Amino acid sequence: MKVLVPSALHTYTESRWVEAEGATLAELLADLDRRYPGIRFRMIDEQNRIRPHIRFFVGGSQARDLAQALNPNGELLIVQALSGG
Amino acid sequence: MALYTEQAAPAAATAAHATAGRVLVLVATRKGAWLYHGDAARSAWRSDGPHFLGHVISHLRLDPRDGRSLLAAAKTGHLGPTIFRSTDFGRNWQEAAKPPAFAPAAAGEQGRAVDHSFWLTPGNASEPGTWYAGTSPQGLFRSEDGGITWAPFSCLNDDLLYRKWMGTVQDGTPDGPKLHSIIVDPRDAAHLYIAMSGGGVHESTDGGKSFQPLIDGLEVVEGFDRDDASFHDPHCLRLAPSRPDRLYQQNHCGIYRLDRPATTWRRIGRNMPAEVGDIGFPLVVHPRDADCAWVFPMDGGTVWPRTSPGGKPAVYATRDGGETWERLDAGLPPAEAWWTVKRQAMTADAQDPVGLYFGTTSGELWGSGDEGLSWHCIARHLPEIYAVEAAEVTI
Repeated sequence: MKVLVPSALHTYTESRWVEAEGATLAELLADLDRRYPGIRFRMIDEQNRIRPHIRFFVGGSQARDLAQALNPNGELLIVQALSGG
Repeated sequence: MALYTEQAAPAAATAAHATAGRVLVLVATRKGAWLYHGDAARSAWRSDGPHFLGHVISHLRLDPRDGRSLLAAAKTGHLGPTIFRSTDFGRNWQEAAKPPAFAPAAAGEQGRAVDHSFWLTPGNASEPGTWYAGTSPQGLFRSEDGGITWAPFSCLNDDLLYRKWMGTVQDGTPDGPKLHSIIVDPRDAAHLYIAMSGGGVHESTDGGKSFQPLIDGLEVVEGFDRDDASFHDPHCLRLAPSRPDRLYQQNHCGIYRLDRPATTWRRIGRNMPAEVGDIGFPLVVHPRDADCAWVFPMDGGTVWPRTSPGGKPAVYATRDGGETWERLDAGLPPAEAWWTVKRQAMTADAQDPVGLYFGTTSGELWGSGDEGLSWHCIARHLPEIYAVEAAEVTI
């Protein structure tokens, strides 16, 4: 499926849109990490929790659980909340 | 090798000798890193940066064992923490394949996640490629491949007593308690010291298999139990390179010295001028004179402004192990300078005379080529400076 990557992670993907596969959000992030090593840990901590400023949107709704099922024909939007000065 | 001997550290392990190399000053800031290359006289500096613009760089260090490997502890405010490595003085950076991360929690337990790596220490000269990292929340990690992969190290991270002493985010400094001041005895790779901003000073003599508190004689905030490591707040722990059995410490509650194998710290900060006090964050020891050290006092009164006392910044030096202190402020702003220096933002080179360097919370890098007698500003208008390290290079 198509994945929109926020600017802070373009050092990994060198592109706003990339392709990755997975039946769930967890599988897709694992595939993304195979293609762009290191990118998953910047979004997901070592306890498999989504980091505080990272949000995932699927079909217009926020995905809060890594077990969220994905539609291979859909799009995943990765959003990075901005904070601080 | 026996602990606590009068034997000086191997020179190659500590750079405790004057060298002919040029000085490279490594500056880590809240929004990136800069490298300052000094000329032979240490009077002109070439700026190289920013590296990692916008990233929080807590520490940037050069490996003294190979003179070319740089590690940077990095975090973007919105992304998870990582460590970058360069072997060409920052022209290219490679991200760690496995950055420091706590072990997965057991089922039903709340696991910890590294927020940022705060402190980096190269390992003993006998263990090339070994590095240590201290993190927030407080954890100790080690790499044995030059910083490419990291693993939790020692019993500390999951020991129930140490976890109690470490406390939680609510118990520590504003942006989280930090494991810092990781010291590897230059004579013995298995002899380690660490400090925790919430949890005290600890020593291992068995390569990290076990640690013991080293807090006797240290004061704590009034009303708390000084025998409980939880209440101890070491700010900066340093080993004297020319006499590795001598430790100095800048603590939340004063300046201390400890000559091993003794285990009771002595508050040498009592000898500081009363109007300045002995509160601060950084402490630097002379590379060849164990009686000589420098501190940067700050205002630790009332609500802890953490600014130079009276807005008049100064370094204080001792030449006699803390019996007396001398104010060194020539060249520094005489008044109305409301900044201070963080715990790893002051350092010394190994030249003769020793060069001193510190970075301020207002983004200025200051240097002295005469052991603090006079100061000049090397750079202004940088982001808030978190760490300053000096290295000798031959490029």
